[in-house]
Amino acid sequence: MSAAAATHDEHHDHGPARGLMRWVFTTNHKDIGTLYLITALIMFMVGGAMALVIRAELFQPGLQLVDPMFFNSMATLHALIMIFGGVMPAFTGLANWMIPIMIGAPDMALPRLNNWSFWLLPFGFVLLASTLFMEGGGPAAGWTMYPPLVLQTGAALPFTIFSIHILGISSILASINIIVTVFNMRAPGMSLMKLPLFVWTWIITAFLMIAIMPVLAGTVTMLLTDKFFGTSFFNAAGGGDPVLYQHLFWFFGHPEVYVLILPSFGVISQVIPTFARKPLFGYSSMVYATASIGFLSFIVWAHHQYTVGMPIEGELFFTYATMLIAVPTGVKVFNWVSTMWKGAMTFETPMLFAIAFVVLFTMGGFTGLMMSISPADLQYHDTYFIVAHFHYVLVPGAVFALFAATYYWLPKWTGRMYDERLGQLHFWLTAISVNVTFFPQHFLGLAGMPRRIADYAVQFAEFNAWSTVGAFVFGFAQLIFVYVIIKAIRGEGEKANDEVWEGAREHGLEWTLPSPPPYHTWETAPEIH
Amino acid sequence: MKIFKLLLAVLGWVLSSRARADYTLNLTEGVTKLSHDVHDLHMLILWICVGIGILVYSLLIYSIIHHRKSKGVVPAQFHENTKLEILWTVIPFLILLSMAIPATKVMIEIYNSDTMPGPTDLTVKVTGYQWKWRYEYLGEGIDFFSNLDAKSNEARQLGANIDPAKVDNYLLNVDNPLVIPVNKKIRFLFTGADVIHSWWVPDFGWKKDTIPGFITDGWVKVEKPGIYRGQCTELCGRDHAFMPIVVIAKPEAEYQQWLAEQKSKGEAATAQAKAEAVKTFTKDELIAKGQEVYNANCASCHQPNGEGIPGAFPAITNSPVVNGPIEEHARLVLKGKGQLMPPFEAVLKPAEIAAVVTYQRNALGNSKGDLIQPAELPAQN
Ligand SMILES: [Cu+2]
Repeated sequence: MSAAAATHDEHHDHGPARGLMRWVFTTNHKDIGTLYLITALIMFMVGGAMALVIRAELFQPGLQLVDPMFFNSMATLHALIMIFGGVMPAFTGLANWMIPIMIGAPDMALPRLNNWSFWLLPFGFVLLASTLFMEGGGPAAGWTMYPPLVLQTGAALPFTIFSIHILGISSILASINIIVTVFNMRAPGMSLMKLPLFVWTWIITAFLMIAIMPVLAGTVTMLLTDKFFGTSFFNAAGGGDPVLYQHLFWFFGHPEVYVLILPSFGVISQVIPTFARKPLFGYSSMVYATASIGFLSFIVWAHHQYTVGMPIEGELFFTYATMLIAVPTGVKVFNWVSTMWKGAMTFETPMLFAIAFVVLFTMGGFTGLMMSISPADLQYHDTYFIVAHFHYVLVPGAVFALFAATYYWLPKWTGRMYDERLGQLHFWLTAISVNVTFFPQHFLGLAGMPRRIADYAVQFAEFNAWSTVGAFVFGFAQLIFVYVIIKAIRGEGEKANDEVWEGAREHGLEWTLPSPPPYHTWETAPEIH
Repeated sequence: MKIFKLLLAVLGWVLSSRARADYTLNLTEGVTKLSHDVHDLHMLILWICVGIGILVYSLLIYSIIHHRKSKGVVPAQFHENTKLEILWTVIPFLILLSMAIPATKVMIEIYNSDTMPGPTDLTVKVTGYQWKWRYEYLGEGIDFFSNLDAKSNEARQLGANIDPAKVDNYLLNVDNPLVIPVNKKIRFLFTGADVIHSWWVPDFGWKKDTIPGFITDGWVKVEKPGIYRGQCTELCGRDHAFMPIVVIAKPEAEYQQWLAEQKSKGEAATAQAKAEAVKTFTKDELIAKGQEVYNANCASCHQPNGEGIPGAFPAITNSPVVNGPIEEHARLVLKGKGQLMPPFEAVLKPAEIAAVVTYQRNALGNSKGDLIQPAELPAQN
């Protein structure tokens, strides 16, 4: 069945409803995908503004702008908003838009659930943001919320916890939907080992989320009962253990890291073959590597806790297990490089971001490997070396993958080519400033600057100044990105054809549909070769 | 406008800062055998990563230069190579082994202090408080707090307008440093009084969390005399950035001299405390002393003006406890409450407790009018 037949079916009355209610009641995967993506974009701006408050305060030694308590609040909310509001909803938005199209399904399997899982989010974020205006200020114990410190939070504590519950429910529902969709709604002939890698990485991500979100919800609920109902889960005086919280939190937290990065691997595995005009190298090893990373992510959690005084057996076990993750991750990097090898590459904006991803994510991988080694980590732990590491894997990692995905699929979504010159400008400003921001932080950490401090000794001044300059350039460069998206949505720019990218038809079902695709797609399943 | 001004300031700063730059790029080698070993391990894994990086990035750059459409390349269509894929699974595994072995050795060294010849020469109990450190020399009768030094404390206030560069060791200086002898095996026992802190002196090669209700440990044998500075590295609330660690390592003779001085100072202080515990103070004396005690011990949570932090730390101003029966008020200060209010009988002397209770009832917006003498405090134990 051709794409044309899929679009011109008899259901002409099934266009979108009009006005605001279209978005409130929508069960259409494309609409919901759009809602997720726009929410994520807004949250990136909110979380980014918080990051700039942090960087502005750290521009010079001495306190110039904010009280340390507010600084801690900014650091806490920046992380929570970027993780739960930015990266996760953005990838869920991509999943909503692309997975049904990529597997030849007419929509997500559970469309009403889909609507609900999105509409939980705004409530969760309003609740979270409202804590800033509560008695005692916003949550300020870090996004990891370690007790006993977190129990010193004022009125914000229960609201923060409830918002985490809401966001967690949303993630679980979205994950269930993705799994059910992929396992039941594939077009005939779309066997599991033919799935695009983006879909594969998302299945594994969805399983991770279903496994870990309840752990997080339970753990923060224990904080709630410790604070308000007299339990002592984490209170040594009552027979509890503050470190138990850390074990529970990181049992969630480490797989969570892969929830943020696995879909990025998927995006990069879609983009590089298209612009190298070559099939992805090592498809099946990519799938197995993703699954191995997913499995390993469950047995490495305590590498976040090398300094709590674990027995040596624990330190060594978590060291070895963590080091092992380098193997499947290495396989991925080698596969991407081999995909580019002897290809016929062009360097449009999505490809630029994808290449920068490979280079800079690998940097983050190296520092990650260094930190996995427990005796060395006793020095690195809780310093700016760690801050540099996780920002390298999350910003030029996950966020660059999101940029690549947006530029890659934006012409498909809107039917308009984005402005390539602006895209390139956005890329270079972003790629340079991200390094100016985060590279010096390696030096700061090694020289002895702890993380999460509002003020620092003067020998750290120079690199902090650089980092702040980089952060502001990075932040304002993103306005170009927003402008590019708005232009495309408003229908400005050259019309995009179905294939969009030369030869893209070979690289996924989405490129056989019109640009933009009709409101309903694949009502008749495509034929898979 | 603000942004423009900021950018100008940025430019000025960047141009001028080269002159005052005093930075390091790499991990310190430190001053213990352990810290040297950790440093060597760090360098080993760093160079291995650099090596792999050069290889991967070279291939990538070569490909980007040569395998581009604009050069008229016809794309190859290969998409797997089992031999290659097995190779780049096995080789990284072997590289990891080459890192894991030395890592294990150093880890064993860190844990197995028994391999150090001789018994432990000194045990120091380190307790993390919001936001200061307490050092107890077990068996020596020495016990003191170590706070951020006054000059840094003044300069670090919001809007203080004091150039941190002009403060000696800004944020890395304390009033009472920890003093230890060189070339002796010293064991530290760590615990936290309120929340989790982490004790880190980079020159010793490790850090350890101080966890309320639990004891963790670590040890050092410092090779050369000197002043070694560090900071709390676990987020511990508002003043996390302001609880530095200063360790002075002295040759044995000088250490013994310091020890003797501390002991006689300590004895004098104990004698004074004993005398004060039965002394009758005037109300003004109590209030004056109480204000000092309050600002040093209570103000960080209950705030300098006594208004507390709503939802987290109760206000002293108009507090029902402060304005209730004085014995109950004193008992709360002595015994503490819940996880957040520590029992101050462990920290303060009777005269100090009586003073701070009296101060709270007659200041910070309260005017109860009564006072309590040290001898009138509820029974202690
Ligand atoms: Cu601390």
